[in-house]
Amino acid sequence: MAAIVKNLSVILVLALATACGGGQEKQDAASTPAAPAAVPIDPATVGSISGRITLEGTPPKADRIKTTSDPNCMAPVFTESFVTGDKGALQNVFVYVKDGLGNRTFPVPTEPVVLEQKNCTYVPHVLGVMAGQPVELRNSDPTLHNIHAVPEANREFNMGQPIQGMKQQHIFSAKEVMVPFKCDVHRWMSAFVGVLDHPFYAVTSKDGSFELKGLPPGTYTIEAVHEKLGRQTQTVTVEPKETKSDVSFMFKV
Amino acid sequence: MLFLYAVIVAASTAVLIFAGGMVTSTGSGLSVPDWPNTYGWFMWTFPLEKMVGGIFYEHTHRLIASTVGFLILVLAVWLWRAEPRAWVRRLGYIALAAVVTQGILGGITVLWYLPDPISIAHASLAEIVFCLTATIALVQSPAWKRGYRGTPVDDAVLNRVAATTTALIYLQILIGATMRHTDAGLAIPDFPYAFGHVLPPQWDPKIAIHFAHRVGALVVTCFLLATTGHVLYHHRSRRELVWPSAILLCLLPLQITLGALTVLTGKHYIINSLHVVTGASVLVTSLVLTLRAFRVRFAESGVPAYATAGGGPSKGGPHVSKVNGGPHTSEARA
Repeated sequence: MAAIVKNLSVILVLALATACGGGQEKQDAASTPAAPAAVPIDPATVGSISGRITLEGTPPKADRIKTTSDPNCMAPVFTESFVTGDKGALQNVFVYVKDGLGNRTFPVPTEPVVLEQKNCTYVPHVLGVMAGQPVELRNSDPTLHNIHAVPEANREFNMGQPIQGMKQQHIFSAKEVMVPFKCDVHRWMSAFVGVLDHPFYAVTSKDGSFELKGLPPGTYTIEAVHEKLGRQTQTVTVEPKETKSDVSFMFKV
Repeated sequence: MLFLYAVIVAASTAVLIFAGGMVTSTGSGLSVPDWPNTYGWFMWTFPLEKMVGGIFYEHTHRLIASTVGFLILVLAVWLWRAEPRAWVRRLGYIALAAVVTQGILGGITVLWYLPDPISIAHASLAEIVFCLTATIALVQSPAWKRGYRGTPVDDAVLNRVAATTTALIYLQILIGATMRHTDAGLAIPDFPYAFGHVLPPQWDPKIAIHFAHRVGALVVTCFLLATTGHVLYHHRSRRELVWPSAILLCLLPLQITLGALTVLTGKHYIINSLHVVTGASVLVTSLVLTLRAFRVRFAESGVPAYATAGGGPSKGGPHVSKVNGGPHTSEARA
């Protein structure tokens, strides 16, 4: 019996050793705060890219989510993966310049972008931010939320906001498109944040439109990212002062 | 009294395993981001009305866990004060160390965002804690202490097959925990086939883990049937062996059904959690059967290996019931 007891002790020690051997936090990918533009952009020559994103096919119906696990979540909540408008307009698509800016660097805004928890949903569902720019996380609900970001290039975090009106800030250090957000208290809650090292990004509105303003002349790879339908890219050339208004993407379901 | 208390502790450990299963099954493991506090509150002062959504499962698990930890602490102290057998006292200390380690693992896995190795270790150690508390309860039972009625069983074949079965069940649970925490529970979405075939037509790590769990179930089933069949054929008059065998024969189809339903229902959280706790019950029942099969080897000074028909210690010679076993006697040993 003494041998059995001894063996149990060994198992216990091994379990402890396993516990102490792993779990190191992922390190942020190195990314220095953006410095002022090395090659200044001439405001007199900048152009813009705009267009519309549509969905071909019939998207899944936006189902009402059962929120009875929290009696504080009284407002109706619907799935947000496919939000469409007239003429196939697709909302909540993140559009950005993926390539073509060279080694330009851009000043990082100090003004935070806001990701709010309201009526037990994240508002907005999709947003963009620059690396180094603060994201303000707000709880506007009379219930508890945890804000759990699950990035790959940045550091994962999970913070609690048990009191209505609480605000906290987080700064992403590396560019990453997209960073998923969830709330483990309310499993239906999700948001997606595109983190970039430049300011040329947009999220499609109800009519599926987007606009990237202030682009210096050049040839760019524009990428459109949808949380369910994946990514599409196009190459677009912008001449000095040109407004490209016919850039369209069509996702299929 | 100590026996009754030990049984309560073992049962509470089973409840804790079910609660832990509910946390994983509902994906609520990170719904409370801090530890050991809960959203800044001391655990026991966290307002009940705030236990919403995933917090309900995670916080309830923490409350039950700390209760079980306290119960095991009392058990260890009680054994230290009242138990004459040194190895049983040591079991109490090990159980206490195990449950403390278990709590730390639970905390670490939350703070480190559920890394698979830690979560798997947490699940695996939970089974060890259950085995320890069940073993303590078993060896506190009057029947164990006085020795089971009738000629002691010392069946080498039974010992081997029962011990192997228990080890295999634990291994199967480890594979199950790995499958669970690597999100491979639905890597093969159909049952009993795998993508419509006997063998999966495609492989990746998740499919391999999932399929290993299915093969493991088949192996465990064979060994369990061998063990219980051996008991029912050779030792059908031994209630201490027949009862756990009968329970195992009930739990086995239940567990297989729950496993199948877990897949077919897309991991319904209650079915999934019942599968976890039933697996733990199979393990502990098999352990009890194994320990009872080995009972004659636990004889100690002043403690008989078996009881006479009258229930008192035998004054006769060392009679041993053997089936292909070695000549082990029931003589007392320290």
